[in-house]
Amino acid sequence: MNDGLSTIEQQITSDYKYGFTSNLEADQAPKGLNEDIIRFISGRKKEPEWMLEWRLKAYRNWLKMEVPDWANIKYPAVDFQDIIYYSAPKQSKKLNSLDEIDPELRRTFEKLGISLDEQKRLSGVAVDAVIDSVSVATTFREQLGELGIIFCSISEAIQEHPELIKKYIGSVVPMTDNFYAALNSAVFTDGSFCYIPKGVRCPMELSTYFRINAENTGQFERTLIVAEEGSYVSYLEGCTAPMRDENQLHAAVVELVAMDHAEIKYSTVQNWYPGDKEGKGGIYNFVTKRGICAGVHSKISWTQVETGSAVTWKYPSCILKGDHSIGEFYSVAVTNHHQQADTGTKMIHLGKNTRSRIVSKGISAGVSHNSYRGLVSVAKNASNARNFSQCDSLLLGDRCGAHTFPYIEVKNNTAQVEHEATTSKIGEDQIFYCNQRGIDTETAVALIVNGFAKEVMNQLPMEFAVEAQKLLAITLEGSVG
Amino acid sequence: MLQIKDLQAGIEGKEILKGINLTIQPGEVHAIMGPNGSGKSTLASVLAGRSDYEVTGGSVEFLGKDLLDLSPEARAGEGLFLAFQYPVEIPGLSTINFMKTAVNEVRKYRGQEALDAAEFLKLMKEKMNLVNIDKNLLTRSLNEGFSGGEKKRNEVFQMAMLEPRLAILDETDSGLDIDAIRIAAAGVNAVRSKENATLVITHYQRLLDYIVPDFVHVLYNGRIVKSGGKELALELEETGYSFLKNEMNIA
Repeated sequence: MNDGLSTIEQQITSDYKYGFTSNLEADQAPKGLNEDIIRFISGRKKEPEWMLEWRLKAYRNWLKMEVPDWANIKYPAVDFQDIIYYSAPKQSKKLNSLDEIDPELRRTFEKLGISLDEQKRLSGVAVDAVIDSVSVATTFREQLGELGIIFCSISEAIQEHPELIKKYIGSVVPMTDNFYAALNSAVFTDGSFCYIPKGVRCPMELSTYFRINAENTGQFERTLIVAEEGSYVSYLEGCTAPMRDENQLHAAVVELVAMDHAEIKYSTVQNWYPGDKEGKGGIYNFVTKRGICAGVHSKISWTQVETGSAVTWKYPSCILKGDHSIGEFYSVAVTNHHQQADTGTKMIHLGKNTRSRIVSKGISAGVSHNSYRGLVSVAKNASNARNFSQCDSLLLGDRCGAHTFPYIEVKNNTAQVEHEATTSKIGEDQIFYCNQRGIDTETAVALIVNGFAKEVMNQLPMEFAVEAQKLLAITLEGSVG
Repeated sequence: MLQIKDLQAGIEGKEILKGINLTIQPGEVHAIMGPNGSGKSTLASVLAGRSDYEVTGGSVEFLGKDLLDLSPEARAGEGLFLAFQYPVEIPGLSTINFMKTAVNEVRKYRGQEALDAAEFLKLMKEKMNLVNIDKNLLTRSLNEGFSGGEKKRNEVFQMAMLEPRLAILDETDSGLDIDAIRIAAAGVNAVRSKENATLVITHYQRLLDYIVPDFVHVLYNGRIVKSGGKELALELEETGYSFLKNEMNIA
């Protein structure tokens, strides 16, 4: 048997399994960013004037902002003029059924194992598939429509439900919030909109698969979910991207709004190309995700499994405005090779008797760096706020790093804030124990890692959890042993 | 089924086993006894293929194969099982899940079909009854927060599940009270058969009251210095290991 380190070496050297490019003809904007490009995007989207004005305002703000540098990540400066901001797969006409989809596109989905009709037929999951910025197929819409649920691309929503978009877009993540949110506000090309009316419990998991497809295309998704009083929705977001050499920028914005007694569960499995063994290529992922528990007794729960991207900068947060509202954040972040992740959450307690729970599991392998950064803030009037945070790190090998940056700001002395943190290493003795039972090292690592991440995995909807478990195993394949 | 010839091994350059010779036939129970530091656990680790140990000489044949040439998981696949002295904890992984993976990996090695959930549960129930283990223990994280007795019982359960040809029990009695020893031993005896052999490694004779050996070997300073029947264990119990030093000195 090899000694520990070289086994780790072997496992770390496995390649990205979803690396392939599909050949869709793209209709795209010229490289670079200026007001004309924004007009081009808005025009392509057939947007009303107010939307264009909003974008331009965001763009002018963005010009005045600087790239944030406080995160524990290092990457070459992004040339924002070297990016194509709009790219759409060509479609001759509106589709009536999935059968009309470009066969090449269908094959791409099949390679990813997310054949739309399979999903439709077997799992009862409504899929709004996004390939390169344009929604290609939206399923189950009629069924949802009967309940008054709106689930469509954000572009369609801008045209068909302008009053809702006007009211809520930028209401949780203002266009001036941060550099990448401002950029997104100026150039977002697609994303999903979901509206659950009062008292409706969405009967299925709503799901979007993102995929970055054309060369050099930045992906700027914008997602908005509004849950009216007493409603419930569970939303799944999953991503995988083709292999390529050049870094790709991704700067998404997700906004969630939960009214009185409403609950939103938002789950993500992210598996973008992390770069090769030397750290070349890979996606830069700068995401702003935030939800507001606007009403009393509302609840927002973020669950994320982050395995991809070269650089991840992402802090799904909850503003607990309504009294008795609840915010949750469950995260598994895996980094391998040269990946860097700086991720965590913010729990902003504003209302009385608000509660939040943070469970973060970081897994580092190779020469990667994995940071948890979290803020728990209790405002002056937020009496009886409660927070529990748990941050566990698992190291595979001895060349990777795990870092924890917890920030706590408490302005009300009735608050109760707890923070627990552990760091452990996969032990040679754990692996040998598995080996002795006939389990090879790769499988042993998958078992140990999935055990470590179990508390978070349990939060995922069943079919997603299975996928996520496989993903953890694939990401760390060849990685420890 | 197992033939150890002049086995020499050590760790970090330090020689621990200085030429072990031992032959085990199907159906036999062998006990290896000896004082602390004599090399008992090293022998178990080397047979199971622990990478910290370096084999510097000799050979081990197991069911016609060169054991030392096989990876630890292949040794398990061939039917070698080690009940650990200190079973490790794996948080978040239930024993059930662990065993389902192990059983199917071993079946795969042997070219057998994987058991589906129903078949696995049936097998598990059967073995649970055989070794008298509580299901609650099996749904908990592997060995996490288990008492000493629970850990050892879990090892015996795993042994029953994997149906090894050769089971090596490394100090299974250590840290257990007499009731716990009795329960563990009953499990081991329930699993014994004419085709399978057992190698019991122990410091004390008391385990051998419950798992009665056909042969007893005394390991001292990296060598088997004395072999006999089960009465040798009783003899050792009376005289202790100090006689060894005297005998060795005289020799």
